[in-house]
Amino acid sequence: MSNTQPVIDISGVKKVYAMGANKVYALRGVDLTVAPGEMIAVMGSSGSGKSTLMNILGCLDVPTEGTYSLDGIKVNGMSKNQLADLRNQKLGFVFQGFNLLARTSAIDNVELPLLYDRSGRKLDTKAMAVEALTRVGLGDRMDHQPSELSGGQQQRVAIARALVTQPRLLLADEPTGNLDSRMTVEVMALFQELNDQGITIVLVTHEPDVAQYAKRIVEVRDGHIRRDHPVLNRKRAEEDLKALIAAHVGEEEMPATEGAEAA
Amino acid sequence: MKQTTLLKVASQNIVKNKMRTLLTMLGIVIGVGAVIVMVAVGNGAQTMIQKQISSLGTNLIIVMPGSGQIGGASQGAGTFNKLTVDDADKLKRDATLLSGVSPVVSTRAQVIGGKGNWRTMINGVSTDYLTIRDWSVSTGALFTDADVKSGRKVAVIGATVAANLFPDEDPVGAQIQIGHVPFQVIGVLAAKGQNAGGQDQDDVIIMPSTTAQNRLSGNIRLGQILASATDANDINAAQEEIKGLMRESHKLSVDGAEDDFTVRNQTEIAAAATSTTKVMSGLLAAIASISLLVGGIGIMNIMLVSVTERTREIGIRMAIGARGSDVLTQFLVESVAMSVLGGVIGLLVGYAGAALLGHLTGWTTATPVSAVAIAVGFSAAVGVFFGYYPARKAAALNPIQALRYE
Ligand SMILES: Nc1ncnc2c1ncn2[C@@H]1O[C@H](COP(=O)(O)OP(=O)(O)O)[C@@H](O)[C@H]1O
Ligand SMILES: [Mg+2]
Repeated sequence: MSNTQPVIDISGVKKVYAMGANKVYALRGVDLTVAPGEMIAVMGSSGSGKSTLMNILGCLDVPTEGTYSLDGIKVNGMSKNQLADLRNQKLGFVFQGFNLLARTSAIDNVELPLLYDRSGRKLDTKAMAVEALTRVGLGDRMDHQPSELSGGQQQRVAIARALVTQPRLLLADEPTGNLDSRMTVEVMALFQELNDQGITIVLVTHEPDVAQYAKRIVEVRDGHIRRDHPVLNRKRAEEDLKALIAAHVGEEEMPATEGAEAA
Repeated sequence: MKQTTLLKVASQNIVKNKMRTLLTMLGIVIGVGAVIVMVAVGNGAQTMIQKQISSLGTNLIIVMPGSGQIGGASQGAGTFNKLTVDDADKLKRDATLLSGVSPVVSTRAQVIGGKGNWRTMINGVSTDYLTIRDWSVSTGALFTDADVKSGRKVAVIGATVAANLFPDEDPVGAQIQIGHVPFQVIGVLAAKGQNAGGQDQDDVIIMPSTTAQNRLSGNIRLGQILASATDANDINAAQEEIKGLMRESHKLSVDGAEDDFTVRNQTEIAAAATSTTKVMSGLLAAIASISLLVGGIGIMNIMLVSVTERTREIGIRMAIGARGSDVLTQFLVESVAMSVLGGVIGLLVGYAGAALLGHLTGWTTATPVSAVAIAVGFSAAVGVFFGYYPARKAAALNPIQALRYE
């Protein structure tokens, strides 16, 4: 495995949805290369094609046209089962709405991807799930169900679930969209920490503040990449979190769940 | 996914919706319960037939007076009884496939002797009778061919008659009066018990056929002729042989003339006797199949609801690497687990139902061990058959659309 081989390499990717008689051009020819260790924020207005791009990167959908290599593996022409295995082995997903299994404990949620492992490896799935949950700071909430956790905590469980398989790439479609500002910073601090540990991350956001935590910003408009530029004064969420806490000292403690369910 | 994990997930989902699961299983419970009762009744009838066949005799063939298809209309009142001892003698002499032949002269008579007075069935027979009926004498002896020839007044009494007339003494050698005719008791028959119809087969006295005709019935016609085929495989051939010899004996021309007798074997007789249980079994089979069908549709319905409710869950599972086959298996395991659970409950209900039915009707019901396999097999089959379509639907979902489902 060479360090220079891109994690993502797409070129000329188009996606056309047929809506009855007329066609929707969601992506009109996208080229993107992401090297290992990058942290990219995809920005753009609603309907610009961000989710469509993420679905293709996540092997949940296939492009109408164009090629895609994930970690050196050509994705085009793969069967549904091969795509499922690829998602299981190479990718971790974090969604806006957390998408945890209801009435299922945090530990069981995190363990889930390992249960679909088809590599034949011998895995201590429980131990790996415990490790992943500890890594996101929820070692003491393992038996809690999603309904017993705050939005930020739920998203961290989801991140642990995405991490537990040690994926090559973490994909997050508006991961902070349902979180208040404090939790947003918390989650972004976690993403930055993971990125520092070497995990490649692509996240979608339309909050410029959030995008400033990434290393590189890709702007999508009308199915095209319009701008692709590095973040010059990258913010550290860790520091912002400290500042937030300092500002709150003396104020009334806000319940951690507020704002999470409403979005 | 590992089997244990699949079962865990399935059981969790079943437990999460207790009431719904219970109501859904009801059809399967009733269906499997009916199957078990049906098997128990059928099985009981089977053992009853077996018992009946063996209590009738060995490879038994019965010649009865009158023409008649079994249950047919031609067994009319105008048919004359033309069975005679000569017919029995001819069968005994000329048949090649028979090991024994005995005329049966039947009448009822009052018997006086020993401690009292007893009305019973009198059968005048030949010495072959006991072999044909697979019967034996417990004390004393049977009369001889010479006794039959000379029409000696000797009697072998059944166990019930012995118990009533001679409760505490050995009847052998005692004198009794049968219909005012003095007889000597020379033996007691071994106890045979009830026949399938609940009649006491030991409430009988047998004596030489000649004696019965001359002293008691005063009728040269026979009630029936019993014969025993040498080989169980030759019963049909033996029946044909008997028909041929009987037609000869009755001088029925080869062309045309209808039989004035009926030949039946023990299987035909036993089969007729079990028709009631057969009807009942058929009825239960109908209930069972309808219940299983309705139960299966119920399961399909609830599984379709479940797939819709859990669309998002399916999307999540697919996103993190579940294959279509994993989702299919998960839902299939769930529907099978639900139906098999229903089947096991149905099994218990069926056992109880069979016992109750046996108690109320007096039928023999026997629930075989294989009923467990039948219950589990039937319900699992229903679960697979009716769970497959919803499971297929779940597996075919598009992960993106499933994740977006509200
Ligand atoms: N399954 C679909 N069928 C038809 N049109 C779709 C589908 N998914 C997305 N689109 C269309 O494609 C365009 C891009 O959508 P999307 O990628 O979801 O945008 P974003 O995530 O940037 O808001 C939109 O016009 C949207 O209506
Ligand atoms: Mg979107």
